[in-house]
Amino acid sequence: MAQVTLRKVVKKYDEVLAVRGIDLDIVDKEFIVLVGPSGCGKSTTLRMIAGLEEISDGDIAIGGDVVNDVPPKDRDIAMVFQNYALYPHMNVYENMSFGLKLKRTPKDEIERRVKQAAQILDITELLDRKPKQLSGGQRQRVAMGRAIVRDPKVFLFDEPLSNLDAKLRVQMRTEIKKVHQKVRTTTVYVTHDQVEAMTLADRVVVMNAGLIEQVGSPNDLYHSPATKFVAGFIGSPAMNFIACRVEQAAGALRLRLSDTLSFPVPADRTARYTPHVGKPNLLLGLRPEHIIETRPHIEPNQHDFEILIDVVEPMGMETLVYFTIEGTEVCGRVNPNAGATAEKPMKLRADLSNMHLIDDSTGKVL
Amino acid sequence: MANGRTIAIGIGTEASAASRRAGSLKKLARRRSTTALLLCAPLIVLIVGLKLYPTFYAIFLSMLDRKMEHFVGLDNFAFLLTRPSFQLVIFQSCLFAITAVVMKAVIGFIVAHLMHNIRGRNQRIWRGLLLVPWVIPLALSTLTWWWLFDPSYSALNWTLNWLGFESIPFLGTTWNARIAVIAVNVWFGAPFFMIMYLAALKSVPEQLYEAAAIDGATAWQKLRFITLPMMRNIILITMLYSLIVTFADFDIVRILTNGGPQDSTHLFATYAFNVGIESGNIPRGASVSLFMFPVLATLAFFVLRDVLKRSREVST
Ligand SMILES: Nc1ncnc2c1ncn2[C@@H]1O[C@H](COP(=O)(O)OP(=O)(O)OP(=O)(O)O)[C@@H](O)[C@H]1O
Ligand SMILES: [Mg+2]
Repeated sequence: MAQVTLRKVVKKYDEVLAVRGIDLDIVDKEFIVLVGPSGCGKSTTLRMIAGLEEISDGDIAIGGDVVNDVPPKDRDIAMVFQNYALYPHMNVYENMSFGLKLKRTPKDEIERRVKQAAQILDITELLDRKPKQLSGGQRQRVAMGRAIVRDPKVFLFDEPLSNLDAKLRVQMRTEIKKVHQKVRTTTVYVTHDQVEAMTLADRVVVMNAGLIEQVGSPNDLYHSPATKFVAGFIGSPAMNFIACRVEQAAGALRLRLSDTLSFPVPADRTARYTPHVGKPNLLLGLRPEHIIETRPHIEPNQHDFEILIDVVEPMGMETLVYFTIEGTEVCGRVNPNAGATAEKPMKLRADLSNMHLIDDSTGKVL
Repeated sequence: MANGRTIAIGIGTEASAASRRAGSLKKLARRRSTTALLLCAPLIVLIVGLKLYPTFYAIFLSMLDRKMEHFVGLDNFAFLLTRPSFQLVIFQSCLFAITAVVMKAVIGFIVAHLMHNIRGRNQRIWRGLLLVPWVIPLALSTLTWWWLFDPSYSALNWTLNWLGFESIPFLGTTWNARIAVIAVNVWFGAPFFMIMYLAALKSVPEQLYEAAAIDGATAWQKLRFITLPMMRNIILITMLYSLIVTFADFDIVRILTNGGPQDSTHLFATYAFNVGIESGNIPRGASVSLFMFPVLATLAFFVLRDVLKRSREVST
């Protein structure tokens, strides 16, 4: 069990800068998820922590000791690979005990630990099988078992669920969370699936193009994203970004989205947004769940407007409606019984208490 | 009939077109099997003519007396077994084949590892260069070695003298000659092992080594617990195959020493040639070469069994 610290970590592959200076403090027992689009440097970061890639610059410390030049075998970490990387010529028991065997752990101790891990993961009946004779989900469990028995300082996961089908992925996600609650080892988990990130993490690290965009609890990232990238990356369907201007009219601020459509800025944000009056390149960020059908009772900062619906997508528990404001497609989530019809006007309600104002030229949330 | 059906499937589109005319399908299949047999006929004739006929003729010959007039049963074999010179051939053949194969395997394995660690274009260049011994016709390269081994005029001894050492009679004493023929065989055959092992090394997923590194394995433990078990099949098949070819080797000994000194480097093939053709005792020569048969058959059995097992493993 240990904390992991990254200081100004850089990774350069010849000319490609894969990781461009990362600072991150991972607390003991914490479950950290690195999330971001393909090619943003998540795996590279993880592999540098593992020692599988040399770091080009900066420091990595595990449990307080700088490990820049420590080979993977001496770092006391365990890693679960995307394609599991089980040893095909060994059975499940041998796969799981390999690390302990190399450390010359006594036989009965090995047996005790493997049995215990197998029990946690419910793979006791599979111990005699070869990896080839296992299903994807079972292989995944074995790979986790191989990590657990070692009782390492840190668990590293590189997209461990991406080879599973959707249903099994959800199931294994819960399983991983349970295991972490039981063994409480510091964990760094890489995924490009933001739902996985939100559900598993104590803290999520959103990466983009080799840099950290934001670190925070899943709720922080969802409700107060720091950048347009994070705002758009977290949440599904993604947040709407609508070009807007901030106008001053009769002592109050208004957000103008088009000639015919404008909303008053929530009173508590007037001071924050006043410096941006008249500036170009501003975006209104509003999540689909904050565009709903009208209801009899109206809350503060909610505003009704009527608009022509382009497309209706019933999802069962909700219905997604798509419409256009000044050429931008916008998505709203309405009640299935609200009577949304394609190519008919509909009265919708925008909840501006959850809005974000974004400077599109810097990508910062204002 | 089964033959006819596989061929009909092999040419799928025509067969399915024919299946519309259900009745004619059988006729077609039957006609195809005949055609297939006719098409294979030249090959069958060739195999029978060049392999089966000589084999049975050799068996027949081996049971005749020297003048090839009388049938003597197994006398030739019994006689050979009592002859010290033939016992020496058995010893030398085994020594030659086993030592050469083991050395080829070890050298091939080491070189394959070195090659595997060279990245990119350089690897292809080195691989091409190291394959050269294997692609030169063996008889020609052996001649070159023969010149190199020449006691008085060769580059090897000249270099030794220049360095202040005595000349070595490479082919002049029993053990020197034995080592020399083995060395040339290793020089010729190691590239084959190298290329097989390199292919096998490439087929071991890099992630297994990463997983092992994280599990705490040293370089030696990775070799012992990952590389060797993963390459086990290729290593076995290559060695068995090479054992067959090396055991039946002819060119090197024939050209380098012609069996000498004092018949101490003869292998089955060269001894058979020596007895049968050069000394004119064709039946006895035939029986010498037939002694190889049980050894080779046993080895071939294991090779084929392993190849089958492996292809079954790959297919599942
Ligand atoms: N061995 C390498 N040589 C050169 N460039 C590399 C190498 N490995 C990764 N890269 C580059 O580094 C960048 C980051 O790669 P990385 O594998 O960390 O992405 P990732 O975030 O894990 O993406 P994914 O979600 O697709 O796995 C990419 O632009 C990639 O092309
Ligand atoms: Mg990756």
